[in-house]
Amino acid sequence: MTSLSDGSADEQWLDDEAGRIVRPYVMTRGRTQPSRGKIDLITLVVTINPVITAEPGLGPEHHTIVKLCDRPLSVAEIAAHLDLPAGTVRVLLGDLVDRGFVAIQEPARETDVLDLETYKAVLNGLRTL
Amino acid sequence: MDYGRSSRDVGRAKLPTAIKILIAGGFGVGKTTMVGSVSETRPLRTEETLTDRGVGVDDLSGIEAKKTTTVAMDFGRISIGEDHVLYLFGTPGQERFWFVWDELALGAMGAVVIADTRRLADCFPSVDYFERRGTPFIVAVNCFEGARQYDIEEIRMAVDLGPSTPVVLCDARRRESSKNVLVTLVEHAMQTRTSSSQEPATR
Repeated sequence: MTSLSDGSADEQWLDDEAGRIVRPYVMTRGRTQPSRGKIDLITLVVTINPVITAEPGLGPEHHTIVKLCDRPLSVAEIAAHLDLPAGTVRVLLGDLVDRGFVAIQEPARETDVLDLETYKAVLNGLRTL
Repeated sequence: MDYGRSSRDVGRAKLPTAIKILIAGGFGVGKTTMVGSVSETRPLRTEETLTDRGVGVDDLSGIEAKKTTTVAMDFGRISIGEDHVLYLFGTPGQERFWFVWDELALGAMGAVVIADTRRLADCFPSVDYFERRGTPFIVAVNCFEGARQYDIEEIRMAVDLGPSTPVVLCDARRRESSKNVLVTLVEHAMQTRTSSSQEPATR
């Protein structure tokens, strides 16, 4: 064991040789599916209520997500920042949506991507990068 | 969407639309390099844990328990104005992770298949996959130093691509070059989708 958490939610409880000490699904209390639907890797998450007090059932990872999503981030980005599998992050997000701390927006489905205006906006944006 | 109670002034704010583009190709062909050269941040890595979907994956005959496989994907982000965010995902290079592609490809605007002329066959699985799935894609030939330069038509023939699939030369390390690859892909995807939107997918 190399580092004990000092209470900072960003601190990773890791051992370089052993890998993660806390198995990802301990944080989700064994749950592998979020409480609501399927959450895509590029589903966007934004915090709508940043005031998390001592809510029962919410751990440090929940708090970190609420802090991170001050600006909209995708599930993939949250997972990368927390160094957790995307599946774990989905479950934690389900908790936060249920309690009204974050809002999520599913990406456009394949059929919606047909929208010509979207293509034009992306092309213009890419050209002016 | 109802954003519910809010203590900040984002209650009615519109979140941007997230769009996914896949960067595929063989191992070491420059997928992460391209993601990194054009992204606004250095590439991030995410792990996706998949359960019981593997076909021929880690065959543990006789073990009845569900199998879990973790794959790592590198990805980057390009914000386009306030309304759109582009996410570029490098597909896992090994063939045994094909089943992840289905989840990744769902809803993707299109795909770039990066090819290296010294190992052209490495891009065949990606080309096959996107052709079969009907995902708009282009082939970007990463011009590695020291590799013999081929004519675009030679490459098109060698990969057995239809005339409508664009083939471009690129240097995945250069931002401007990677940007041009993405522009070509989005133009192609726009053309493909808008011209075929009336027909049901038959492939």
